[in-house]
Amino acid sequence: MNNQDINTNQEYKYGFTTDIENIRAPKGLNENTIKFISKMKKEPQWMLDWRLKAYNRLKNLTEPNWQKPKYPKIDYQNLYYYSAPKSAAEKPKSLDEVDPKLIETYKKLGIPLNEQKRLSGVAVDAVFDSVSVATTYKEELTKKGIIFCSISEAIQKHPDLVKKYLGSVIPLTDHYFATLNSAVFTDGSFVYIPPKVRCPMELSTYFRINASETGQFERTLIIADKGSYVSYLEGCTAPMRDENQLHAANVELVALDDAEIKYSTVQNWYPGDKDGVGGIYNFVTKRGACRGKNSKISWTQVETGSAITWKYPSCILQGDNSVGEFYSIAITNNHQKADTGTKMIHLGKNTKSKIISKGISAGQADNTYRGLVDIGKKALNSRNYTQCDSLLMGNKCGAHTVPYIKNKNSSSTVEHEATTSKINEEQLYYCNQRGLNQEEAVSLIVNGFCKEVLQQLPMEFAVEAQKLVGISLEGSVG
Amino acid sequence: MLEIINLKASINKRDILNGLNLKINPGEVHAIMGPNGSGKSTLANILSGKNGYKITGDLKYKGENLKDIPVEQRAQKGIFLAFQYPIEIPGVNTNNFLKTSLNTIRKAKGEKEIDTLAFLKLVKEKAKELGIDEKILSRQLNVGFSGGEKKKNEILQMKILDPNLVILDETDSGLDIDALKTIADGVNSSRSKDKSFLVITHYQRLLDYIKPDFVHVLSSGKIVKSGSRELALELEKKGYKKIN
Repeated sequence: MNNQDINTNQEYKYGFTTDIENIRAPKGLNENTIKFISKMKKEPQWMLDWRLKAYNRLKNLTEPNWQKPKYPKIDYQNLYYYSAPKSAAEKPKSLDEVDPKLIETYKKLGIPLNEQKRLSGVAVDAVFDSVSVATTYKEELTKKGIIFCSISEAIQKHPDLVKKYLGSVIPLTDHYFATLNSAVFTDGSFVYIPPKVRCPMELSTYFRINASETGQFERTLIIADKGSYVSYLEGCTAPMRDENQLHAANVELVALDDAEIKYSTVQNWYPGDKDGVGGIYNFVTKRGACRGKNSKISWTQVETGSAITWKYPSCILQGDNSVGEFYSIAITNNHQKADTGTKMIHLGKNTKSKIISKGISAGQADNTYRGLVDIGKKALNSRNYTQCDSLLMGNKCGAHTVPYIKNKNSSSTVEHEATTSKINEEQLYYCNQRGLNQEEAVSLIVNGFCKEVLQQLPMEFAVEAQKLVGISLEGSVG
Repeated sequence: MLEIINLKASINKRDILNGLNLKINPGEVHAIMGPNGSGKSTLANILSGKNGYKITGDLKYKGENLKDIPVEQRAQKGIFLAFQYPIEIPGVNTNNFLKTSLNTIRKAKGEKEIDTLAFLKLVKEKAKELGIDEKILSRQLNVGFSGGEKKKNEILQMKILDPNLVILDETDSGLDIDALKTIADGVNSSRSKDKSFLVITHYQRLLDYIKPDFVHVLSSGKIVKSGSRELALELEKKGYKKIN
């Protein structure tokens, strides 16, 4: 190891040794791996017990297979379940060593240079002191009693909250991937907003600096106590290279009386190359419980990356008058596949849900909206409105809409609208005649198509998401 | 400005233009009249570069052969087509569309992009001239616009983009007399020595307001007669059949 490596290591806050083999769990999924993870994270016994319970349950579960995109069998014994962040020595030392294509995309997105470095995993020099930025916000949040930290930290410092809410929305035994996550999750975010507090800023993993190297099994838990509000942003708008193939995260949201949680995602994991080689399997379980009366949970997602996206951010509307919303844009190009949608489970009276889904399919891609609206017997006077629009580009791609609707009482109403259209040649011609080239025209038209969803994103996110929509579809039309 | 030499065009093996010749000098206004199916709109589409036509002959714009130049580059070079049926683009704000278009064209010309404030000032001024309600400019492009609003919006775009060759494809169709006058005023106030117009129309009515320097009669894909404005009046009296 040369001097430079040692120097760059110093700013590595995890304090692991540089010998990467030492901080990796042995390959394979077994009790020892789970004990290893728990030990590395210095977890209390109850957490380890919880993990082991999940693991034991997992033995009796099989992977679901009802989804449209099929994937080759995953050999779970051939995976690493814990690998501490790569040492600085392993990372690219400058942007010159990063894939030029990636840099090109960053430039198009207008991401500042330092941010580019961070995203590509370049060892960031001291000039870009994001730690201090994070600290400033942390102080402001602490003053209001807001807890915003990694889930690992929360397990140690706020065990009561974690014990009470972890697994309360996505039970240990839920389904294969969620249970797998419960057994082996490595890190993620924890947010608690105290009663009557309106979180003064958008919370995002960006500002929780120690989460920037979260593993493939992320676990996020957000609790909005009575009368509080929080908006949380997840993901980043630039492609992240990830050596891992499987990304199985669990996200749980809990909204108590009169509380509101807004959760926005822009997902742009590596989608694989033009021929469909490589890319992330994004198998994520996201679920929110509107536990209190008048509570509200709103999911907004822009899914442009991953080889396969398979997720259904859902709302369980338990509290009377609670509201669930799902706004989604799913773009698939080349050989990407997406099977995504939501579940709105109405249990309380006068509950309302709204689903706006925009699926865009290009190349040889396949895009499925799958959604469940389930209005229970006691959910009197409840309402759902669903709108699913699909846009096709070219004639080798596919779009599918699979709504499941159950209405168990006669005082509730469910509306479902769906459209499928091809990108309109006349619209493209019109834009071209006004000086826009093909790609600019596609980007403009598709952004128009997605407008209702883009509008839901926080401002600074929306601009980047718009650009991303254009970039994701480059080369998709003649 | 524009020179068309022996232009023949077909689509799906059906001949539409059969050897059309036309020369338009800078500052001139030419009107092309003709019955349904004579190839008027095809001519407009071919000049703007729309795909799908099989073409022989020469198209020269400012001395440059247009043949392999795609639609957007022709637009950037100053060719503007006011559509007969302006296209609706849901979710796209009219002002944003116009600004994007203007800046794309400015960039192609090597000019500086216009900022939002300057743009809004410009668009406000031009909209006022055309009697366009500003409210429609913050609506989705052409979505829910009345026929008149759509056509006025085309003329507004023409004014803002400031092209050199303007093709008006039956801009008068479906307009009431007031809207027709507004649109004609918009065109007339844009006339200058370095701007040329090709006005495509069925009826001579529009030519009462936009006074052309030349009138051509298009029939079966060919110009069968050319003349001054009087030719339009003659057509009105006698109908297309007699002229043939």
